[in-house]
Amino acid sequence: MNAQPSLTVDGAEALGESVVRLDRIQRSFGAVRALRGISLALKPGRALALVGESGCGKTTCARIIARMDEPTAGKMYFRGRDITHPGEKAAEAAYRRAMQMVFQDPFASLNPVFSIQHHLARPLKLHGHARNKAEEVQGVADLLTSVGLDPAVTAAKFPHELSGGQRQRVNIARALAVRPDVLVADEPTSMLDVSIRLGILELLSRIKRERQLALLYITHDIATAAHVAEEVIVMFAGQMVEWGDTRTVIRNARHPYTKLLLSAVPDPDRPFVPGDSARFLRHAEEVRRISRPASDTIEQVGPTHFIRALGA
Amino acid sequence: MNVPLLQIRNLDVDYLTDGGAFRAVKNVSFDIGRGELFGLAGESGCGKSTIAYAITRLSKPPAWVAGGQILLDDQDLLKLPEAALQKVRWRRIGMVFQSAMNSLNPLMRVVAQFHDVLARHTGATKAQSRARAEEMFKLVGIPTSRLDDYPYQFSGGMRQRIVIAICLALQPELIIMDEPTTALDVVVQREILEQVIDLQRSHGFSVLFITHDLHLMAQLCHRVGVMLKGELVEVGDVRQVSRAPAHEYTRRLWGSIPQLPGHGAAA
Repeated sequence: MNAQPSLTVDGAEALGESVVRLDRIQRSFGAVRALRGISLALKPGRALALVGESGCGKTTCARIIARMDEPTAGKMYFRGRDITHPGEKAAEAAYRRAMQMVFQDPFASLNPVFSIQHHLARPLKLHGHARNKAEEVQGVADLLTSVGLDPAVTAAKFPHELSGGQRQRVNIARALAVRPDVLVADEPTSMLDVSIRLGILELLSRIKRERQLALLYITHDIATAAHVAEEVIVMFAGQMVEWGDTRTVIRNARHPYTKLLLSAVPDPDRPFVPGDSARFLRHAEEVRRISRPASDTIEQVGPTHFIRALGA
Repeated sequence: MNVPLLQIRNLDVDYLTDGGAFRAVKNVSFDIGRGELFGLAGESGCGKSTIAYAITRLSKPPAWVAGGQILLDDQDLLKLPEAALQKVRWRRIGMVFQSAMNSLNPLMRVVAQFHDVLARHTGATKAQSRARAEEMFKLVGIPTSRLDDYPYQFSGGMRQRIVIAICLALQPELIIMDEPTTALDVVVQREILEQVIDLQRSHGFSVLFITHDLHLMAQLCHRVGVMLKGELVEVGDVRQVSRAPAHEYTRRLWGSIPQLPGHGAAA
């Protein structure tokens, strides 16, 4: 192996600066190797996108970072400390405070019987960011304002009274209430209309910048990655197949799987041509076939651009 | 073009609520020609799916078709007795919904689900159904050796293709596709829609394609309509609606789609 992805994704300084770092993380479910060596670093004020199709391992990776799952092999670090396996209680609690998640389904992740005020006041109280009623009200108002919602209108409402986009903003506000260092957003816009996705992506970018959050943005839609993340990792079958600076990877994709992914992004200027489906199906199948085998050879194709060589 | 296959005339659909009737579809009219791919776009809650349900009279309370006509070959589906309607649903108008892949019966082998549909609508024998199912599997690119598998043994994309195959087995004249690929990855989405284009070309059916993704609609459809709050604000040829949208809302909808860097900047 001639390069370590953890260092190459964002330069050698990743070691010192990263909040969370994964080093050759593997996860197997019986015979299924869901993650075959994932290395990445999440840094303050930076966003990293993890892109791939269903089953590529991106959510498994998020679950490991969120402590909902443990790796089979590899190391995980939080501010330079090895936290691969849950250790003493205080350190574990500190990590869980520092790490918050936003989930895909904005409808399932809020409790229908509680008001938005309740949803946001609870983490403020639990984490000692509000010590009395006045601080609670002010804290909730600040949170709602910071995600672009009007507290006077929204705080008293119940989840069913909000649209999907508004609910997702509340979910982001709830994550922020804990004052995390790391935010993991797993497909936060895929259940929303195309027309409101940009607004949520812009919100994520803004809070990342303002609060110096380390953001992991997980998506199957490579087009949205460019709107949020400075760096991108394209995953396939549990491996990182191409990674680096997002714009470089998108403009100058080298790995066949990344090219396939880009070619499938809806483009109004390229109407589907009748008679083409068999060719595209064959092509997609072939790309998946050649991208699947394990490979340890990493090729540097630009200053901030890497691909994994195809395995045998 | 001669008489359109489907003509929707001044359609009104209400949702009856405690606070009175809420008009979800307001005076909507459009045509779908034979062999035409017609797209209906709009955001959640704009009424596009409500129209899809109204066409096959599958609207359930509190939804209520308050007025208008839905003419299939000049025959008003809204006036048809329920028994006659049974001969239209699936037989002449097929439907593929977003969650269609989850509508397969998990306890039945796929071939049996073909038989279920074919026996009911055409009186096919088991052997005839299997032969037809084999034909349809070949058409959508799934090995026929998998006909005896259960739904869980297929990926989401394959299950969606199976639903399309079952739908096509009855050779409908119109297929309503309501967000058929929204739950799927972009590569799988393109695989399926390219197939739909090919099958449309070879079989000649018409498609009503409902989506919130204007870019996708523009790749697929001949003519499109854009809905806003229950009203059809713009209808036209896909190139015209995408290059020179007449309505301000259509322009905004186009500009709001996350694009790859280097593609025509959002307006």
